[in-house]
Amino acid sequence: MDLNLLLEMAVSGYGDRTAVTAGGDSLTYGDLGRLAAAGAELIDRIGADSVIYIGPSHPAFPVALFAAGAAGVPFIPLNYRLGREQLDGLMAAHPQALVVSDESWIAAGATEKSRSIGTFLDSLSPGFPSAGGDPPSPGEADDVAVVLYTSGTSGTPKAALLRHRNLASYVFTTVEFAQASEDEAALVTVPTYHIAGLANLLSNLYAGRRIVYLENFDPQVWLETIRNESITQAMVVPTMMARVVRFLDGVDAKVPSLRTLAYGGSRMPIPVLEEALARFPDAGFVNAYGLTETSSTIALLSPDDHRAGLSSDQPVARARLGSVGRVIPGVEVEIRDEGGAPLPVEAAGLIFLRGEQVSGEYAGVSVLDAEGWFPTGDKGWVDDEGYLFIEGRADDTIIRGGENVSPAEIEDVLMQHPAVADAAVVGVPDDEWGQRIAAVVCVDREDGSIASDDLTEWVRQRLRSSKTPDLVVFWPELPRTATGKLLRRQILADLSGTLMAGRPAEPEGRPVS
Amino acid sequence: MLKAGLRLGCPDCTIEVVVVKAPTSDVKLTCSGSPLVDMDSPRSQGGHPAVEGDGALLGKRYVDEESDLEVLCTKAGPGALACDGRALTIRGAKPLPSSD
Repeated sequence: MDLNLLLEMAVSGYGDRTAVTAGGDSLTYGDLGRLAAAGAELIDRIGADSVIYIGPSHPAFPVALFAAGAAGVPFIPLNYRLGREQLDGLMAAHPQALVVSDESWIAAGATEKSRSIGTFLDSLSPGFPSAGGDPPSPGEADDVAVVLYTSGTSGTPKAALLRHRNLASYVFTTVEFAQASEDEAALVTVPTYHIAGLANLLSNLYAGRRIVYLENFDPQVWLETIRNESITQAMVVPTMMARVVRFLDGVDAKVPSLRTLAYGGSRMPIPVLEEALARFPDAGFVNAYGLTETSSTIALLSPDDHRAGLSSDQPVARARLGSVGRVIPGVEVEIRDEGGAPLPVEAAGLIFLRGEQVSGEYAGVSVLDAEGWFPTGDKGWVDDEGYLFIEGRADDTIIRGGENVSPAEIEDVLMQHPAVADAAVVGVPDDEWGQRIAAVVCVDREDGSIASDDLTEWVRQRLRSSKTPDLVVFWPELPRTATGKLLRRQILADLSGTLMAGRPAEPEGRPVS
Repeated sequence: MLKAGLRLGCPDCTIEVVVVKAPTSDVKLTCSGSPLVDMDSPRSQGGHPAVEGDGALLGKRYVDEESDLEVLCTKAGPGALACDGRALTIRGAKPLPSSD
C-alpha cells in the first residue's frame, strides 16, 4: 500500500484526463505516470537517497513526489519562503538528496544533485534515456513517503515522518476512487510544503479531479480563475477567506460552478465565516481540521452542518459553526486531563487521536503512547453528538491568577467587534498574577477610531472580568504563517520588547517585518 | 493473518487487491476458488475455468461482513472474490464531502 499505487490506479482508470494545470502547463495522469517512472530512474542513477522540492505549486511538484515514491526514497518539500540560512540548515540533514527547485535557488546554491524545475522536467521527457535494467523498487507500506517540517509556531520546526500506509490510508478512507465527474476541477492555493498541499494533491488525483494551481493568492485573481476554469472545488486558509469577503465588500461572489468551498489550516473567525456563507450562497462549505502528524484531515464540518448553523435559531446548531465537526471514519478521538485520565463529553482537555493515518513520528522517534494514541498538543472538547471543538494549542493557554484562560475565546469575542479586523491574545509574564492577558488588535481601516477601553468593556460584557484583557495594543498587522496560524511567540517577543522598554501601549502600532 | 496494507494478486487472472481493513479472524481469501498470492509469487494469469458475475472492478471496495475484512481492487479482472467461501460484496460508495 504505497502512494504510487494511487497513481497506478489513476493511470489505468483515467490516464487521458488532465491531472494538473498551472499557468499554461498541463499534465495528464498518463503523463504523470511516465514522468514519475523516468524520475525514479534519474534518482536511482545519481544515487540520491531522497528528493527535496523547493518551489511553487507547479506540475513538477507531483512529478517529484511520485518519482520519489517510485524510487522508494522520501520526498521532502521545503518552504521556499524560509531564509537562506534556515533552508541550508534543513538541507544539511539530507546531503544526498536530489534537489528540485526554482531558478533563483539554483543560481545561489547548485550542487551536482540539484536541478531547476525546468531542467528536471526536460530531462525526463520525451525520450528519457532509459537505463533498460530493472526499474527501481517503489516504496512499501512501512517506508517513509514524505518528510514534512512542521510550521513550528510553538518551537523549532520538527521533521514529521509520514509513511506510505499513513497517507494511503487517509486517501482510501476519505475518497472514493474516480468519484469526480469529468468536469470537476479543484483550485489549489495552499503551499507545496504544507500537509494541505500534499493531501489535496493525493485526494484529487484519486478522485480523478483536475487540479488547477494558483500561486501568489489574490482575491480578484482567485475569483476570476474560478470563473475561467469552471472550478467546482476550492480550498482556502482563513486569511484568504477573509481577504475574499473583504474584496467582495457585500456583493455576491457570482461563481456558479463552485460546489464546495473548504477551509482549514488555522482557526476561522466566526464573523468571516458568516459573511462568506452569505457571499457564496450556492457553495457547500466544509471545515477541515487536521495536523501534519495525522496526514491532514481527521475531522470535518459538512455543508449540512453549515446550513443548519446558519439558518437555525437553536444555540447548539449555531455554536457548531465554531466546531471542526465530527471525526472521519478510521479515526478515534479521546479527551484527557493533564494526568492522562479520559474526560467525559463536554469537558475540555488535551486532544488525543488514533488511527491508521496518524503517524505521530518525528525523525524516527514515535510520540504515540502504548495504545497508539497521538497527543496533538491541542486543547478541546467533544459535544454529545461528537462535534469536536478546538480551543487552541495547550502551550498557548494563559494562566492568570491560577485560572486557565483560552486565548481563542477572547479572540473570537474581539473579532465580533465591528471595528476589529484581526486580534491575538497572549499571556505576558506578571509578578502578581503569573500572567496577564494582553490583546493585540488590528483595526478595520474604514472604521479606525476605537479606544482600548471600548474593547475591554466589549469583552467584559460578553465574558467575565477574569477573561478581560489587562491591556490592549494596536498593531497594523499580525504575524502569521502561510496558512494563517498566529506566530504567538513572535507576538509575545515583540510585545515584551515594547513593555520592557517602558513604553505605553502604542496606538500607532509598529512596523511589521 | 491478513494485515492492512498487504497487496495480493490472483494467480489465475489479472485481479489485484490491497487489504484496507484487516479481518478479525484468520480467513482465506480466494478468487474463483484460487487462493490469492503475494505480489512476488509467480502468476500465470491463465484464466479461471469458469467465471460468472461482474468480476472485480478497479477502485471498488469489497467486504466480508462476518470477518470485517475489506479489500480495495487495484487491478480489475474477471474472477469472483470470496472469503472462506463467502462471496465478498461490493461496498456502497459514501464519499465524504471534499475537504482538500
